[in-house]
Amino acid sequence: MIRAVLLALALLTLPAAAQEARTRFGADGATAIRLRSTTDIAILGPTLEAFVARNPGLAVDYEQWGSNDLYALALQDCEAGRSGADALLSSAVHQMVELVNFGCASPYRSAETLALPEARRWRDEIWGITHEAAVIVYNRALLPPEDVPQTRFDLLDLMRRDDPRHRGRIATYDIEASGLGYLFAYADSLEASTFGALLEGFARAEAVATCCSAEIIQGVAEGRYLLAYNVLGSYVEANRRDSVGVVRPRDYTLFLSRAYMIPKGGAPEAALLLNFLLSPEGQQRLTESRLTGPGRDPDTSGLPESAERPIPISPELLVARDAQKRGRFIARWRDTFGRAALP
Amino acid sequence: MAEAAPLPRAERSLGLRVAMGVLSLLLVGGVVVALASFGYGRQAARTAFDRLLLGAANDIAETIIIEAGEPVADLPVSAFQLLGLAAQDRIGYALRDAEGRLLTGHATVQPAPPARSQPGRPAFFDGTLQGEAARFVTLTRRFAERDYSGAVTVTVGQTLLARNDMALGLTRNALIVTALGGIALMVLALVVIRRALRPLDRIAAELLARDPYDLTPMEAPVPAEVGVMLGAMNRFMRRLDRQVGSMRNLISDTAHQLRTPVAALRVQAELAADEPDAEKRGQMLERLARRSRSLGELLDQMLSRALVIHRTDSVPRQPVDLRDIALAVFETQDHELLAPGTAVELEIGPDPVEVLADEMSLIEAAKNMFNNALRHGAAPVRIGVEAQDGRAALWVEDAGQGPPPELLERIGARFERSAASRGQSAGLGLSILRAVAEAFEGEVRFGHSAVGFRVSLILPQMTEASR
Repeated sequence: MIRAVLLALALLTLPAAAQEARTRFGADGATAIRLRSTTDIAILGPTLEAFVARNPGLAVDYEQWGSNDLYALALQDCEAGRSGADALLSSAVHQMVELVNFGCASPYRSAETLALPEARRWRDEIWGITHEAAVIVYNRALLPPEDVPQTRFDLLDLMRRDDPRHRGRIATYDIEASGLGYLFAYADSLEASTFGALLEGFARAEAVATCCSAEIIQGVAEGRYLLAYNVLGSYVEANRRDSVGVVRPRDYTLFLSRAYMIPKGGAPEAALLLNFLLSPEGQQRLTESRLTGPGRDPDTSGLPESAERPIPISPELLVARDAQKRGRFIARWRDTFGRAALP
Repeated sequence: MAEAAPLPRAERSLGLRVAMGVLSLLLVGGVVVALASFGYGRQAARTAFDRLLLGAANDIAETIIIEAGEPVADLPVSAFQLLGLAAQDRIGYALRDAEGRLLTGHATVQPAPPARSQPGRPAFFDGTLQGEAARFVTLTRRFAERDYSGAVTVTVGQTLLARNDMALGLTRNALIVTALGGIALMVLALVVIRRALRPLDRIAAELLARDPYDLTPMEAPVPAEVGVMLGAMNRFMRRLDRQVGSMRNLISDTAHQLRTPVAALRVQAELAADEPDAEKRGQMLERLARRSRSLGELLDQMLSRALVIHRTDSVPRQPVDLRDIALAVFETQDHELLAPGTAVELEIGPDPVEVLADEMSLIEAAKNMFNNALRHGAAPVRIGVEAQDGRAALWVEDAGQGPPPELLERIGARFERSAASRGQSAGLGLSILRAVAEAFEGEVRFGHSAVGFRVSLILPQMTEASR
């Protein structure tokens, strides 16, 4: 088992392929739940270990995918009436919501799912099981404390300074390659008028759009990037490095709840895994993996509640999936980063 | 009085009956209310959520602009927030250009069929979204730009969960109100019945508290419905009172009437036993036999009088032809025994003379009239029937002068001391006659006719109407 995890960790650094990694939790003879997820195996691993320890008859076949590939595959399975995975767990919530809207999910109800707040479930077919902040990470050695942006306005000021040290050293998600990146950018565009200014700032600072969380954090840690915007805080917390500082922007911080869904034809055991993830024990494990709960960085504590902006799991996210909307949004994005030096 | 008499087998209680009635009324009403309110709820839900659909479609249509010859919509979040009010429903939408080419949205969503769409107005229609029933609206927005001319259709649809929930919710609320109203109605009905039946309890208590010989009518104030029962009960008690009274009279009369003749018999028997002379003893024995015979007759009449009084109270009246009575009396041939050799005549017509009465009582009365005439009157004795002015008469006539006027005045009293002391029973016989006449709303008439003395029992003649 440990070896599998190590193998998976090794695979993490490989460029995004169709299927990034897979591993199995639980005994060989046990009934396997096929879980396709965007979450790094290393982060979700301990929780799944706890699940199979509690349910000796069950195992989890874990496949790690990029969010766009995961969505495309699930949609193909759904349209072909094929049962692919038993469960999906994706950070690209808007894609999951669209799958549910296409009638690709099977409904399930239990005390655990009904205890979730309304904003974290829809139609009893999709459930948000985590609570993770979108944060700014920076290199403590390279960025002086007075320059650390506490809000997006600070970040704008920083980028407008036209400091050659900053040029090409500010990173964010590539929204075309990463479904999660697109979702964060889209949520930003809805949230405040600062989004246009941010894009302008990225262009001026010749910011880098790249993929994926682990890579961006590593870049910041190594000093390749000074600062990265809209990174999943949970990944930073899970791979804690002293050189990396974390800021939850005080104007507002987006919170993501990873979406779990059971596709049509998924094995009923997938519901057991869902219940476990939502149970106090499962939530405890997820908290230990930094997928839920408050961050432990002293800079980030004391975020005013009004600044918390959870991305609700609701049909409104379908707007993000609209073809024209997406086309225009990406065109605008590309326009910004086209002028910047892409790596 | 406190002994526990077995209760009569109780029918289902009134309370239960009313409860069942109200309950079945409520069930039928509930079904009607459920159907009506479901229909109404569906209509209301359809109207309400159709407006949401239309609002969302309008929101979307307003954002369409023409960019480089291509209609482009900047899909507004507000439209989806509007649709999100039906929180659990899936959404389908499609924007298509004039040729029906999909601009953006879901390829599976088709615009309204042409038959349903009117120019310039939104077209609502039913369809499916991935196999689930759904409701759609199609809006058309027309453009006349330099680089694009034609219509763009906006079609927005949603599944029906929220609509059905709303319809069911309205139905449920209506049913809850109906059920509460029904329960209130039932409780009220039971309370009212309980109160309405309280006079019965009072009557029962009063009856239990009564002296067993108290047969006077009850005068408790009761509602009209219970009054019917109380009236029947009072009538029954009156009859019982009369029965008990006549029984008491019979016993005292009998004792009274029998005392003298029995004492005389005893004295004569003792005298006869002491008489040494065989011839005198023979005479005395003959007198003794005569006396005892007439005592037997007296007993017969007393019994028949008791019988008549009992029957007039308890036997239902039936149509009786008086000619049959006269014939029956004539044919018993009693006169052969009482007065051998007396000439008797029967005088009846060809037409029936019917009255409403009890046949046996009439026969007893007629027998008494006839036998009286045979015993006291002069031959020939005639019995006959006639009808006049709605009155039917059964009469007996003899050729004699009739009883003395002072006797006639007293005649018909319950018993006639002088008659009884003589061991004869004419007075008693007439009292039977009078009792029968009274029982059937008739009268007894005595009178002198051309040939002699006539006694008539006159009763109301039965008409077709009273049949």
